[in-house]
Amino acid sequence: MLVLYVLLAFMIVAALVAIETRDLLSSLISLGAVGFALTVVFLLLQAPDLAIVQIVVEILTLVIMIAVIFRTTRIDTTVKDRSLREIVLLCVGLVVLLVFLGGLGTLIFRGLPSFGEPPLRVSEYYLREGLQETGASDLVASIILDYRGYDTLGEAMVLFTAVMGVLAVLRTIGRKKS
Amino acid sequence: MKVQGRQAKRREKIDKRREKMEKRVEKIDKKGMTLIVRTVTRLMAGLIVLYSIYIILHGHLTPGGGFAGGVIFTAAFVLITLAYGKEEAFARMRESFFHFLESLGGIIFLVTALLGFIAGYFFLNLLPKGKPLALPSAGIIPVCNIGIGIKVGAGLFMVFLALVIIGFADENKGEDKK
Repeated sequence: MLVLYVLLAFMIVAALVAIETRDLLSSLISLGAVGFALTVVFLLLQAPDLAIVQIVVEILTLVIMIAVIFRTTRIDTTVKDRSLREIVLLCVGLVVLLVFLGGLGTLIFRGLPSFGEPPLRVSEYYLREGLQETGASDLVASIILDYRGYDTLGEAMVLFTAVMGVLAVLRTIGRKKS
Repeated sequence: MKVQGRQAKRREKIDKRREKMEKRVEKIDKKGMTLIVRTVTRLMAGLIVLYSIYIILHGHLTPGGGFAGGVIFTAAFVLITLAYGKEEAFARMRESFFHFLESLGGIIFLVTALLGFIAGYFFLNLLPKGKPLALPSAGIIPVCNIGIGIKVGAGLFMVFLALVIIGFADENKGEDKK
């Protein structure tokens, strides 16, 4: 469990670095660090399906984003130096967040079930009956394609629509030269 | 005065870097990467495609499935495009074929779901379940996985192609102006 918390802290730090760095290539590399740490987190939580998808999608998006950076600009010109006022405001925001988490948060989070114990009973049913009912030994596949097939169909249609949208916006045929 | 001077200096630096990077990108686009990268790609690309097919076909037995396998399939083609340069890659791949594949994958998935109406309801697992842990088992789940794999692989690769082609079009426009 300690490894998990170390990884989560590392992800937060890497995400902050990705936001604040002025060199966009370094920023992307820290974003990649977040993604790969997330892969390890998924493996630690025993979700190899998610880990496979996460690592491959991470690589693909990184390649595409690096290609975009090579074609446009490498240095973020919009970021200005932080003034004293902004730093003070940031500190005030941080204090308010900590007070909220410490005071209200503990009251709210006390009611939640503890880590790793889902409140839903349906997962127990899937684990017990999944193999007999669907015949798939990978229970994730039996859930996403049998019990929850509708969701996967919707997801596939979302991806289809997204690809069509990208192709319509970035088409080469029929573009006006301006 | 001082701030302006600093900004001008920074802009000069950015312009210089961008020029350098544009030259490098142009070289990679035309000729592809070095001999080492191309040789390794030639050896690896087939293995990566084989691995993606394995992931898709064993989606109901081991972690992975249609989505993960499809993205790995895309990664192989992205690797070829990056290593050999886009001109040579485009000479061998037709975009319309990927359009066809994406629609085919979506239709396979949808038809499999609709076939459930023969015996009852949407997404009914009407094919025989087979022995657990055997490759042909779990009814419609492998068919759906194959459909999703084809769809995701073709769709994501088309997005990548669209992003590369828009670079192409912009370069041509620049030449027209000259």
